[in-house]
Amino acid sequence: MIPWTAPAALSLGLFLLGLLGLLARRSLVFVLMSIEIMLNAAGLLFIAAGMRWGSADGQIMFILVLNLAGAELALGLILLLRLRGRLTTLDGDSATLLRDAP
Amino acid sequence: MIFWPAAALAFGTTAVAITRANPVHALLWFVVSLIAMALVFFALGAAFAAALEVIVYAGAIVVLFLFVVMMLSLDRAASSREKIWMSRPVWIIPAIFVVLLGAGIAWAVFAQTHLPPMPGRAVPPAEVGLRLFSTDLAAVELASLLLLAGLVGAFHLGREPR
Repeated sequence: MIPWTAPAALSLGLFLLGLLGLLARRSLVFVLMSIEIMLNAAGLLFIAAGMRWGSADGQIMFILVLNLAGAELALGLILLLRLRGRLTTLDGDSATLLRDAP
Repeated sequence: MIFWPAAALAFGTTAVAITRANPVHALLWFVVSLIAMALVFFALGAAFAAALEVIVYAGAIVVLFLFVVMMLSLDRAASSREKIWMSRPVWIIPAIFVVLLGAGIAWAVFAQTHLPPMPGRAVPPAEVGLRLFSTDLAAVELASLLLLAGLVGAFHLGREPR
């Protein structure tokens, strides 16, 4: 079996890539995609830990993370569609106020 | 040893995906990254998780994403605006923060913890299913409640306002 540090390092790298995308991109489509990348990296860490300790808990937690990603994405995408109807652009910065821009 | 090529592919395609200007191209790269991740899971002995990664992530979540991106009807103007938002200076400060955070986590996790080496074990799917539907049944119920809340929320937000 592979030592646990290898998948853990891959998980860290993917999480950081997702964080970089989240911080640097302004388009809300890419913000949601970066969140998915980060959740996926967290799932990989659970699987790696499950392998390291030979326990089923890692894969169970992965299934729950998958669930969370699905529920989060459904709500995020529907908010994106509504925002697009209101703002006509996908710029995250134009939605920083909780009311319509003056 | 399938782990290393799959890991390199997952990392590389993710890096390409977050730097595309066109959302559809980015999502297609993301699909490749997810399939590589499924290979990584397979190499770690989690065959059931690998199947779920392909079916749920690449098959359902990214396809939902693609549908919404196509409903957004992005045009060439949006694509060129995207290119302006992605100019080089935008990446500098986030990259510095991410490198600092990554170095900190890597130091804390890989240099400071001294886990004794352990052979590791591939967990068969039967064991996962047995645990999931016996001792962890409450987690399954909570997950179903979460999905129901997501469904109700999406239905409510998706209705046209009267």
